[in-house]
Amino acid sequence: MIKVLFFARLREQLSTDSMQVPASENMTTEDIRQQLAKTNDLWAKVMAADSLLVAVNQQITDWSHSVNEGDEVAFFPPVTGG
Amino acid sequence: MIYVQQNDFDVADEYQKLATDNQDGAIVTFVGKVRDFNEGLGVQGLSLEHYPGMTEKVLQNLETEAREHWPLNKITIIHRVGDLKLGEQIVFIGVTSQHRKAAFAACEFLIDFLKTKAPFWKKELTSQGSKWLEAKASDNEVSQQWSKKLTNDQAN
Repeated sequence: MIKVLFFARLREQLSTDSMQVPASENMTTEDIRQQLAKTNDLWAKVMAADSLLVAVNQQITDWSHSVNEGDEVAFFPPVTGG
Repeated sequence: MIYVQQNDFDVADEYQKLATDNQDGAIVTFVGKVRDFNEGLGVQGLSLEHYPGMTEKVLQNLETEAREHWPLNKITIIHRVGDLKLGEQIVFIGVTSQHRKAAFAACEFLIDFLKTKAPFWKKELTSQGSKWLEAKASDNEVSQQWSKKLTNDQAN
């Protein structure tokens, strides 16, 4: 399984902070995004946001990054600390 | 040292910890606070969320990067999370070096990159309800300028 996390506005919009997604062969961050977008209209809208960021194993990455069994994938909006 | 914590920090204590080495001729500190006004709305407080684990890693990497660019001795980064009231301290950056130029530059570099790279998110509590803050394009431009400048410095 792949552990998927959501933070900040995404966490609130989706009413969830984490979920498990089954791993599949040659999976990428974009595949997970597409898969989650199919949940319903709300998820489709949230996952389509241009500003959406993704991290794999706590490192920011792009939408072609491969994802493997046991990975931690996080979706979140642009950061606003400091 | 990197700290992500709910508790407040004491600038005098942090300064004392930074000031123990006589090899350092310069100490530069920065404190970020919750201000009362943003985008036309009265702000009453902030709620700060982070990504435990990743946030600390990103800050650690920024510290390492700063050390690659400037001759630095001590570095302290403290960022608070949770609910903060108006006027409270949010973030502390402290840098020591033999000379002021390196300390000033590294302190500015650290806060500029923290703002665009470290996974923290602010939610403002305003007179009209709560609202997630949008990332500022100007903050991104500042860190891009840094990247360009540091790449040029290395090339020269």
